[in-house]
Amino acid sequence: MKRKKKIRTSPADKVFTVCNTIFMILFVVITLYPILNTLAISFNDGTDALRGGIYLWPRKWTLKNYLTVLQKDNLITGAYITVARTLLGTFTALLANAVLAYIVSRKRFLFRRQLSLFWVITMYVNGGMIPTFLLYRGLGLTNSFWVYVVPGMISAFNMLVIRTYMNGLPDSLEESAQLDGAGYFTIFTKIISPLCKPVYATVALFVAVGQWNSWFDAMLYNRMASHLTTLQYELMKLLSSVTNQGSSAEAMKNAAGSVTPETVRAAATVLTMLPIICIYPFLQRYFVTGLTLGGVKE
Amino acid sequence: MAFLSKKKKQTVVEAPVKLSWKEVKKQKALLIWSAVIVIYGVIFYYLPLGGWVMAFQDYKPKDGLFHSAFIGLEKFQQLFSDATFLRVIRNTLAMGVINLAVTFVAAIAFAILLNEVRTKGGKKVVQTISYLPHFLSWIIVTGILHDMLSGTGIVNEILVNLNIIDQPINFFAHKQYFWPIVAFANVWKETGWNAIIYLAAITSIDPSLYEAASIDGAGRWAKIKNVTLPGIRPTIMILLLMNVGNVLNAGFEIQYLLGNGLVQSVSQTIDIYVLNWGISQGDFSLGTAAGIFKSVVSIILIVIANQIAKHNGDERLF
Repeated sequence: MKRKKKIRTSPADKVFTVCNTIFMILFVVITLYPILNTLAISFNDGTDALRGGIYLWPRKWTLKNYLTVLQKDNLITGAYITVARTLLGTFTALLANAVLAYIVSRKRFLFRRQLSLFWVITMYVNGGMIPTFLLYRGLGLTNSFWVYVVPGMISAFNMLVIRTYMNGLPDSLEESAQLDGAGYFTIFTKIISPLCKPVYATVALFVAVGQWNSWFDAMLYNRMASHLTTLQYELMKLLSSVTNQGSSAEAMKNAAGSVTPETVRAAATVLTMLPIICIYPFLQRYFVTGLTLGGVKE
Repeated sequence: MAFLSKKKKQTVVEAPVKLSWKEVKKQKALLIWSAVIVIYGVIFYYLPLGGWVMAFQDYKPKDGLFHSAFIGLEKFQQLFSDATFLRVIRNTLAMGVINLAVTFVAAIAFAILLNEVRTKGGKKVVQTISYLPHFLSWIIVTGILHDMLSGTGIVNEILVNLNIIDQPINFFAHKQYFWPIVAFANVWKETGWNAIIYLAAITSIDPSLYEAASIDGAGRWAKIKNVTLPGIRPTIMILLLMNVGNVLNAGFEIQYLLGNGLVQSVSQTIDIYVLNWGISQGDFSLGTAAGIFKSVVSIILIVIANQIAKHNGDERLF
């Protein structure tokens, strides 16, 4: 927003500016402090951390927490599976949603309204947890890696985000390509998709974050298959072991080795957050426009 | 959000293409692709709806869907005579409404105040930081909450040092703190993200309105009240509408992760109830009945909200 400051600032406005600045600083502190605190704890000696009083800086530096995390086989397995599902899941979901959005944004397509409606309905009505569970079991998707990738491939919301963007592209692009003899497939890969990079980036980010963060599917469908565990699910198990034991005997026993469940969990949390924290600021431009596109302009 | 306005547009524009053999041949590629996609959708989204039959059956896994005995509404009767289920409905509704209200107000307030920040760099930095929690999983957020609210955590420390309390409070052991903690966690996680759409709406307000207000001698508060808020009213209404239908959906992960035996009576939601009865106890019929109840109430809420919006002449979903 560009507004010229041509009118003198009144005292009331000055008070407003000061209060607003304080509020923003407070907001940033409340948002960042918990994360920075976790970072500090992850680098702190476990036994020492039990005393509390660690804020933004470790009191007794150590890398043992990270070494412990990296030696836990289940966390390593979880990391591999999580990376695999994020890459594969994002790719397939992006492809499926883009193709669907492409089809329903073709002005001449015979069933464009019916096909859109078919998917919009799924946003509001679903079978619920148990029928879905039985279906996946029936399809052989339980105790299987594919349960992470196949069922959630198309989401009506992501499809609509892409469709809105494609609808905004000029029709003449498609028409001139058709005159040159291009088929629908060529128009999709060579003309539409290159123009859709920003919205593809947005949807890819949504899907990737969802994949990276999900744990419930691992718990529900692959509980028995420990080789298919995910990072977040392992983190959840770490968390519940911490909260259930507190500083009980088990914690003390570990504490002798100067790592405690708390500090190990902090290290695992930092490692899990890291990829996302590194990536999202660069995609900011995309998801902000992707989210707000069309909707508020009119 | 984005698609709502689009819908309106479509109805105005084009004349439909007629179904003819020539047209079908021309669109062969599109038709084949959409057939594959529809088959996928039927399997993964529509087939589970058939499972609703279970709620009216005494479902036995060995008999399957086709041979289990029908028992009518017995499972629903069982559901509504279960005191736990009634409490679970209360919890879901209460947390859903509280969360909706506080996250809504927080996002709008944050968007408006952030828009008033005059230094461009500062605004950008605050905004980037504000998105961060949205990308963290509930596992991480609940882990962080445990650290912050533990006996040696920062919250207790501040409260003790300010002499508000003498002894650290175990926040997770008392029922009265559970709903506020859930509400706060939601605000912490989603305020920045939810504000995106309001900020965009604010940017699209005609700057001349602000200039006119300035000339009339309006201060910054007056401008917020008389220009900004009315300017984003349509956005607020449509988002409110979209979220009302989700009130019952708003409760699973955090309640599941934060709940414990001590606060069970206020922490359990419908989804947790379904998980407990359906998956863990194996009473698929009862779990499905509870799931159906949730879906039906959600749809009723959406329709009611839509009607109210229509009546008031605001934007609406359909």
